Amino acid sequence: MITIHHYLILSALLFTLGLLGAVLRKNILIVLMSIEVMMNAINLTFIAVSRYLRVMDGHVVAFFVMAVAAAEAAIGLAIVVSLFRTRQTIKTTDWRMMRG
Amino acid sequence: MSETIFFYIFAVISVGMVLLMIFQTNPIVSALYLVFGFFGVAGLYVLLSAPFVAVLQVLVYAGAIMVLFLFVLMLLNLRKEDLVYDRLNWRKIGVGGVAILFLGFLAHHFTRIQIQPFFDLPENFGTPEGVGRLLFTTYLIPFELVSILLLVAIIGAVVLGKRQ
Amino acid sequence: MLIIILKILIPFLIIFNMIPFLIWLERKGSAYIQDRHGPNRAAFFGIRLGGMLHSLADVLKLITKEDIIPLHVHKPFYLLAPFLALTVACVTYAVVPFAHPIEINGEPFTFQAADLNVGILYILAMASLGVYGVMLAGWSSNNKYSLLGGVRSSAQMLSYEIAMGLSLISVLMVGGSLELNNLVISQGATPWSWNFLTQPVAFFLFTTAAFAETNRNPFDLPEGESELVAGYHTEYSSMKFAMFFMAEYAHVIMASALIALLFFGGWQVPLMSTDFLREQAGLGLYILLLAHGILFMVAGIFLLTWFKKGKYGDLRDYEVLVWGIPLVLAGLGLSLYTLLHGSFDLTPLGSQIFAAVVQFMTFMAKILFFCWFFIWIRWTLPRFRYDQLMGLGWKVMLPLGLMNLAVTGIILLMR
Repeated sequence: MITIHHYLILSALLFTLGLLGAVLRKNILIVLMSIEVMMNAINLTFIAVSRYLRVMDGHVVAFFVMAVAAAEAAIGLAIVVSLFRTRQTIKTTDWRMMRG
Repeated sequence: MSETIFFYIFAVISVGMVLLMIFQTNPIVSALYLVFGFFGVAGLYVLLSAPFVAVLQVLVYAGAIMVLFLFVLMLLNLRKEDLVYDRLNWRKIGVGGVAILFLGFLAHHFTRIQIQPFFDLPENFGTPEGVGRLLFTTYLIPFELVSILLLVAIIGAVVLGKRQ
Repeated sequence: MLIIILKILIPFLIIFNMIPFLIWLERKGSAYIQDRHGPNRAAFFGIRLGGMLHSLADVLKLITKEDIIPLHVHKPFYLLAPFLALTVACVTYAVVPFAHPIEINGEPFTFQAADLNVGILYILAMASLGVYGVMLAGWSSNNKYSLLGGVRSSAQMLSYEIAMGLSLISVLMVGGSLELNNLVISQGATPWSWNFLTQPVAFFLFTTAAFAETNRNPFDLPEGESELVAGYHTEYSSMKFAMFFMAEYAHVIMASALIALLFFGGWQVPLMSTDFLREQAGLGLYILLLAHGILFMVAGIFLLTWFKKGKYGDLRDYEVLVWGIPLVLAGLGLSLYTLLHGSFDLTPLGSQIFAAVVQFMTFMAKILFFCWFFIWIRWTLPRFRYDQLMGLGWKVMLPLGLMNLAVTGIILLMR
């Protein structure tokens, strides 16, 4: 039988994988995607707890997290594109200096 | 019974696709794996009787955010040397170890809590109507703030994207 | 279980049978718009079906053609893309209601595969996935024209989805539900209460956005053949090309169904509500059968007047007889049977089924009309330039949609 434990551990696993991706990879786009995975893991926790407690507040929070994720993706990608224009690379290690 | 089977199917899809996403050299391929991973998570939302959030997950993540990622990736026109997978070193192994410890810590704490199984739900749980009612009454101010956040993000993206 | 399988299978079969018909309609319609005859050569023992056999010949050709996979492609995604395009185009039909729900032994029975309470959001979500097939095809082909087609299509679909969503919101506000069936019921049976009159701006925006989402002219820049060879499916051949082709038509049928459902009363028969149809089912069946009998006879006689011996000098001369004589006979039989039988006495279930059948036929007629509308527009208007397309999407349709939303909200509050 599936209990909330399963969902919590699954979301912890997803969160850890997202964290690993964000820390280990040097490709900025994969780092951004890993951050999306972490947000998804958090959403999963919210939805699971909300199912467990039988209140819908978790759904509302998931909605807000999605809006934040969309904003983050838009800004993040805009920064990536403008950095790529000046540096011609997407490696995070090549972007150590902030001044162009 | 079928819930268990579906849970494991969706769990394997989401975790497997995220793993594949992390260990890919080509970001376009990993973006696509991530789309399938998001579908797995959407399936989990359906299992948790949150159809509205599940549809939003597909609509927002798979339909908008990942399309944006793919669009940028296609526009960037990456060179071959950007796509090499970076080598394994001690720093990375350390980070991985710490992550596994962190996961074990989380799992340990989760399983120690005594809990009941899932109960039956009220009639309109997770429907657009229920979530919407909550969104426009209790959470009205956060909702408006989120809309301002999105507006700021749009303006920021336009300003950043503009060539000087 | 059987009913669920049938519910899934029947819409699927309807769509897959409509695709060759639409291809025929597209060819014949374009021919008449351009003052030509259109396809009329393919024949099977002299039977041409007015050129419809060309679709069949096309299927045979596409299946038996060599399946070329170029060496420079990214193979997994190259193979995945057409399947993705077709699947996404087909799963959307799950929430389309084909008639008013009926009751069998007290249990409700809906004429849609999945009665989701997120109905229209599901359609939007699936429509937003349609871009993946095109993008993947464009990128994995590893060809500059394909890539340009894929990038264009993704930008175009993202831009027009916003206008589409905004126009939908005002319709949802008027209808007060996300379920398509409730939206149709709320529009009523009178044509002047349908949404295309109460929400004209939303109708205009939605139709335009639907054209852009289906990548049809005047928005077919992703495959604009004068600039990009064939856009995203340049490198595809045989059945994989056919799958993109089928996906496009499936999208057209879906868009037509949505326009009919949201703005033209869906399965509502004009001026005849479900209750009226059920009450008058016996008389209605009588009139329907008689009208069909007369229609068949008139059509058969019309066909027979075309008969001229020695027109082609082979079997094709007799084609009109092959269709005309059975039509006249069937029409005669049907009319005589109806006239001799007198009025019909239907059980409550029978009258419900009769109402559902009439509504289904009305809905299909509406879908076909909008499919024809798509074809009509395609062969009438020239293609947009790319900056015009983006300008229209962001500078005209987005503000219009927002304004329409505000006005609709104010009117709903004042009422």
